[in-house]
Amino acid sequence: MEHIVIIGNGIAGVTAARHIRKLSDKKITIISAEANHFFSRTALMYVYMGHMRWRDIEPYEHWFWEKNRLELKKAYVETVDTNNKTLYFKGGGILTYDKLIIASGSVTNTFGWEGLDLNGVQGLVTKQDLEKIEKNAPNNKECPRAVIVGGGLIGVEMAEMLRTRDIEVTMLVREDGFWSNVLPKQDAEMISRHIVSHGVDLRHNSELDKILDDGSGNVRSVLTKDGEEIPCSVVGITTGVKPQISFLQHSKIETDKGILVNRKLETNIEDVYAIGDCAQQREPIGNRPPVEAVWYTGRMMGEALAQTICGKPFEYNPGNWFNSAKFFDIEYQAYGWVFSESKRKDYEAQFHWKCASDLRCVTISYNKNSNEFLGINTFGIRMKHEVFDKWLNEKRSVDYVIENLKQANFDPEFYRKYEKVIQSKFFNQPVNA
Amino acid sequence: MSTVQRNMSLTGEPPKTINTQQKLASAIGLIGLAVLFLALFNINFPNKTLWLTASLIAIGGGTVWFSIAAYGNKHEGIKNDGVYFKSLTSKGFWAWVLGITLTLYYVVLYWFPQYLGLVQDGENKGLVALFDPLSKFLNGGPASQWFVYGTLYTVAILAFGIKFILKYRHNKYEKLRTYSVMFFQLGFAFLIPELMQRLNSDSFSLPYYDLKNIWPLNYYNFEQYRVDQFISAGDIGLALLIFGIASIFIITPILTYKYGKRWYCSWVCGCGGLAETAGDPFRHLSDKRQIAWKVERWVIHSVLVFVVLMTTAVVHSYLGDDSSKYWLTKVVFLISVAVILTAVFAGTFIFKREELQKDARYGAIGYFVIIISLIGFHYFSGKTLFLFEAETLRQSYGFLIGAVFSGVIGVGFYPIFGSRVWCRFGCPMAAILGFQQRLFSRFRITTNGGQCISCGNCSTYCEMGIDVRAYAQKGENIVRSSCVGCGICSAVCPRGVLKLENGPLEKRIDSNEILLGNDVDLMKYVNN
Repeated sequence: MEHIVIIGNGIAGVTAARHIRKLSDKKITIISAEANHFFSRTALMYVYMGHMRWRDIEPYEHWFWEKNRLELKKAYVETVDTNNKTLYFKGGGILTYDKLIIASGSVTNTFGWEGLDLNGVQGLVTKQDLEKIEKNAPNNKECPRAVIVGGGLIGVEMAEMLRTRDIEVTMLVREDGFWSNVLPKQDAEMISRHIVSHGVDLRHNSELDKILDDGSGNVRSVLTKDGEEIPCSVVGITTGVKPQISFLQHSKIETDKGILVNRKLETNIEDVYAIGDCAQQREPIGNRPPVEAVWYTGRMMGEALAQTICGKPFEYNPGNWFNSAKFFDIEYQAYGWVFSESKRKDYEAQFHWKCASDLRCVTISYNKNSNEFLGINTFGIRMKHEVFDKWLNEKRSVDYVIENLKQANFDPEFYRKYEKVIQSKFFNQPVNA
Repeated sequence: MSTVQRNMSLTGEPPKTINTQQKLASAIGLIGLAVLFLALFNINFPNKTLWLTASLIAIGGGTVWFSIAAYGNKHEGIKNDGVYFKSLTSKGFWAWVLGITLTLYYVVLYWFPQYLGLVQDGENKGLVALFDPLSKFLNGGPASQWFVYGTLYTVAILAFGIKFILKYRHNKYEKLRTYSVMFFQLGFAFLIPELMQRLNSDSFSLPYYDLKNIWPLNYYNFEQYRVDQFISAGDIGLALLIFGIASIFIITPILTYKYGKRWYCSWVCGCGGLAETAGDPFRHLSDKRQIAWKVERWVIHSVLVFVVLMTTAVVHSYLGDDSSKYWLTKVVFLISVAVILTAVFAGTFIFKREELQKDARYGAIGYFVIIISLIGFHYFSGKTLFLFEAETLRQSYGFLIGAVFSGVIGVGFYPIFGSRVWCRFGCPMAAILGFQQRLFSRFRITTNGGQCISCGNCSTYCEMGIDVRAYAQKGENIVRSSCVGCGICSAVCPRGVLKLENGPLEKRIDSNEILLGNDVDLMKYVNN
């Protein structure tokens, strides 16, 4: 029986395993050093916030794995010997495979600042990071203030977590708006204001210089590039993530930022595949970055690879881009591409509407030459994935999309509708060619 | 981290702690309760009207003030911070204290009302006496233990309803639903029946009737004394009796077809009303394991069979044999019951067979055979329908289901098993509505394409123990008998994935065009 070994029990690895099991009888082993069972990484924050227990963020009950003959092994893979198709574990032990799927995910990305090794400096990516933050910031007496470096999705999650325990939070964001390397300026600014309204000391145009210690190996404060010293006991490093591939250093598997794969998610070595956050496409797909560290893309790669492994070769061919997040109380959904100032294409124009409450806004991007609808960012209004996916495939015009916006609404029943005000703003806007 | 905190202190760390205003508000509420408690121990309050008013205002006002202090100065949004750190809401010390207190209260209420001060012939004493002025004001007579219970129940739904509205003030569905249960509790369950009693005289008497309390939840509605009262009360009584029958056979099916069982369970019902308001802090305690779902299906449908047998036996016992006196005789009645059950059974098996799980089929066939053979058995031989005396069945049902299950376990164990134990495992009304919701209703919870991140908030905060996430992460709609449509899964979802909707029956359950964001051709393989 063919033995499929999967390194990593995150969404990519587990999705691949589930689909391989659906399609075949192969022996499947999932290896993880992080956690006994698959959990939702995006839900780590809710455990610290007291919304859920650890077991609540595990999507499958424990009997699921045995019932579906998915063998779980808790171990850390130290080296991969592709010649002999063998994995070597830290602390001894080996495992041989017929096909290897690497879905080892990400680690926190840092920029080599001084003081990264001090107690109290941490990211928020793994189960161990969650255990660390519980230890480093149990309450506002042990941790009166934390500094978060970087304004992205993990940064705002960490800020929300710490604020639930009344811990003062300072966020250092390099740009002049929250997540403004991804969000258009007006969207970014609204989210910035919302973050501030939750009592976060959000510093734009501010960068970390170094982290200072208290003489006994703990964080005392951070020093910004402006020379300001901010006392704190926890430093959250949330300047993005990078593929976790250090264990492949001495292997023959070709890597760059991540593990290099073709569209079939094959590496340079036969029978070795890589999916999820750790994979890097040799040729970027459309507007997508070569490394996509997103829950949804991990899941999609897992689905695609399972077909290939089970004899129906399939390319990873993601549909229209979509994503979502929640910034404190404001939900965000994106369908198609709406680019930030720095990444905007020449042909891209944007229409922006914002609610007087400052809690809702919509930014729609379109081709200024052809009027083709390119994408939407929606904040505080839920919209339907299916409808936008269809409109994007049909290459609808921006006028069509705005006229029919009501069809896309996914807010709960009885909610106030905003389509009419959005339409009137769009159709009354001055034409700027 | 993953361990449940068992901290007894109210002055814990944020988010376990409560603020100064909340402490003061709690103190006021507790003082209100203390007045009732002192009355329970026969402290004779001089001016009962004044003391009762003060006590109820303190309880209600304390709760409302507590809620304003908890949510008023915070942003609109989800307020579940620290739910699993607080002793009261994570099965800690205070949860057990509250659970045991509530349980004792129900035990006394059902079986030892004399300890509450109820005096059958003569002046009430203690707690019941404290409520006499209010009872006399509303219905003209002295209070009973049930009047005390009804009043406190209504105060709880109103006060905690306001708390719930403040907590979910960003969510209009939740607000409207809560206004609705508050209205039905205050008007239909409390004021109208109390005032109706004023109409009663020596020559005219209506039974105490909460119009929204439909058989089989109201399992005693067709007992002899009530039916006699209805009939002897002329046109009004007859209208009420017809309304009672129409509620279950006409009104309920139409509304459930259009909106799902939520129109009743989370918009109208008193049990649901208490669970959604006072029980809301405990909603996450429901058991989400698959085994719990299996147990649930057997238990709730067994209760339904029990109530059908019991009611049939009871009605049968007081009907006559002579068709010249009245058309509805024992025989006509039994044949009608058998015809209705056969029609439901046959209809389901002919049209919806493929939608039934294996255990549902076995269960349905088993129960159907039992009921029909018992009816047949009687028809050809015996005197006692269903092997037992109707009175024995009635009393056992009243004790086991009416009192122990719905009261003692259903409410007493809120802080341990969650707020909807009765609704999920026991309520025969929920079983009927759920059966229809699963098979003949426009209601479903839709999922938003591939946006689910499997975080688990929806499953955790589902009071009915439905593993919502299991469907959402596959992009499937959720069509479950037990769903009461409270809408909290949709509210707590951080990615806007879930929506309660009424829509066409086609593709309601198994939409094969599931979009998870991947290559369309690939998804065809994945879904097959």
